[in-house]
Amino acid sequence: MAYDKFDVLKSTGVPLPIENVDTDQIIPARFLKATERKGFGDNLFRDWRYHPDNTPKKDFVLNNPIYGGKILVGGKNFGSGSSREHAAWAVYDYGFRCVVSSFFADIFRNNCLNIGVLPVQVSPEFLHKIFTAIEADPKTEIVVSLPEQTITLTATGEKESFDINDYKKQNMLNGFDDIDYLLNIKEDIREFAEKAPL
Amino acid sequence: MKKTLFDKVWDSHVVHTIENGPDVLFIDRHMIHEVTSPVAFRGLKSRNIPVMYPEKTFATADHNTPTINQHLPVQDPLSANQLKALEENSAEHNISYWGLGHEKNGIVHVVGPEYGITQPGATIVCGDSHTSTHGAFGAIAFGIGTSEVEMVLATQCIMQQKPKSMRINVHGSLNFGVTPKDVALYIISKLTTSGATGYFVEYAGEVFRNMSMEGRMTVCNLSIEMGARGGMIAPDEKTFEYIKGREFTPVGAAWDKAMAYWSTLESDEGAQFDQEITFDASDIEPMITFGTNPGMGMAISKDIPMAEDVEGAVDTFRKSLDYMDFKEGENMIGKPIDFVFLGSCTNGRIEDFRAFASIVKGKKKADNVTAWLVPGSHKVVNAIKEEGILEVLQEAGFALREPGCSACLAMNDDKIPAGKYAVSTSNRNFEGRQGPGARTLLASPLVAAAAAITGKVTDPRVLMEELAH
Ligand code: SF4
Repeated sequence: MAYDKFDVLKSTGVPLPIENVDTDQIIPARFLKATERKGFGDNLFRDWRYHPDNTPKKDFVLNNPIYGGKILVGGKNFGSGSSREHAAWAVYDYGFRCVVSSFFADIFRNNCLNIGVLPVQVSPEFLHKIFTAIEADPKTEIVVSLPEQTITLTATGEKESFDINDYKKQNMLNGFDDIDYLLNIKEDIREFAEKAPL
Repeated sequence: MKKTLFDKVWDSHVVHTIENGPDVLFIDRHMIHEVTSPVAFRGLKSRNIPVMYPEKTFATADHNTPTINQHLPVQDPLSANQLKALEENSAEHNISYWGLGHEKNGIVHVVGPEYGITQPGATIVCGDSHTSTHGAFGAIAFGIGTSEVEMVLATQCIMQQKPKSMRINVHGSLNFGVTPKDVALYIISKLTTSGATGYFVEYAGEVFRNMSMEGRMTVCNLSIEMGARGGMIAPDEKTFEYIKGREFTPVGAAWDKAMAYWSTLESDEGAQFDQEITFDASDIEPMITFGTNPGMGMAISKDIPMAEDVEGAVDTFRKSLDYMDFKEGENMIGKPIDFVFLGSCTNGRIEDFRAFASIVKGKKKADNVTAWLVPGSHKVVNAIKEEGILEVLQEAGFALREPGCSACLAMNDDKIPAGKYAVSTSNRNFEGRQGPGARTLLASPLVAAAAAITGKVTDPRVLMEELAH
């Protein structure tokens, strides 16, 4: 599915300084029963966000009105666990366009890139700076520039660059997805299939 | 150039290479299930494109399915809806569909190998992270997201950056009471859940050579739990023996041609890995997890580590122990448990039921334990019956359920209640994985059986020694 283009994002950030946030926390399995890609944001971090009786847990960051924005900032090894793209959908559907961490699980990172959420991997030191900056001022602005491949804390001007491969970068800048590319080389694929060993 | 096993299989499937970008990888076998495929089919519909090679995709219903009364209509309307979508999408696109009640139905990673869909040197994907299981046959197999499921349906290809390579060697022979599950949990506890992120792993050394195909599947299955995209083991006589004569295995000239390819599938002497790690089998004991990720495991006889002594954030570690209601430094032996789950694509094969039965034979299930014994497929069910394991289990007070993923991810009714402890042979002990608030202790079928008999965490070697005398 084609998605929104990503260029420069200026936003406040929502801090989640926990390591190994797994996909079962991002979206518990019992909410994977839809056959459409809609409404997953309501159940993002469901069991951290709500009590069993569905009342909000006051101490969870998404329930704290001080924090908000389109950038989710997570601890090391974010998105480990299952391949459920629903986790990335939930992040997107809730309103995040970018996730920042010092380390991402592979499948989650791919899933994000495939649906238009930008995963930004920073150094542990820079991640710490971001957490500290948000703690000091929840309204602090973070700027993520995809063309320049940089992330900047506006208040101090501190900046770090991040990696993304050129192909994915172009896709995100233009809102293309992999299927568009693959459909264009279908004849080559057909030729290859005829010679495939299995 | 000297190549690794992984290089050989990967390179022979690259249709295109994009500079500074991913490779376009041709996929030989695609498995789908009801949970991660419906949105992919919707995508095809909205683009108005067909499935390119329907004969290379196989559908089975497993994640959502009930494990009792499968002959009755599925009660949960949302689950029923997903199952119906899988059936209709498969019919519309001419994809083999093994739905509830079908003799070939079962967990996707159990039935693939059983019917010979899984073959050495193949590229295999599925919208489930434990697709890595199929690597036991020397295939490159990994889990994918729904957008990628759509890509494979539409073009039989996927776009992937080639991962780095890691070889994990385990030399020597396994101690008494140590199973393939313990080997995997041991490795994960050493590497942590992110230690192999970005890598594809090859397992090598005597321990894996001597392992059965079932055991190899258990090990490869758990590769994802250390962050690896997948794990694989070079095929050998055992592999060929296992696949020969299965329904989708090539025959005649095609078998000979396949064998010619398969017998080249090993890492060349001197091939370079980005990382190589070696363990000694004699250091491995029966394992159990105490925390909320599979890396938080230890030998069952040891004490839970102190927060200061572990790598990673102290807060995260403490949060995890709080959830489990365990304390730093305490021993787990004797801790009362409430549930036992034998099953999943990690340990739901016949060998796992044999191991479980070997311990419960002639004993009685503890009264305080609810046990869910869920075979991975109908083929496993049949073998359990044919080998007389069913009687052993029944005499000990256990009942057998019908195949499916069950409490591995608790999407159906098999949910561990909040606050309860479950010794599970599955693969994830994340918070709430087996039901909201559930507390999971991952372990081997032997440890699960010992817990089921005694009602508490028990070193299975104690019961096994009793048996031997
Ligand atoms: S048993 Fe668990 S891990 Fe295996 S396929 Fe089912 S849900 Fe996935």
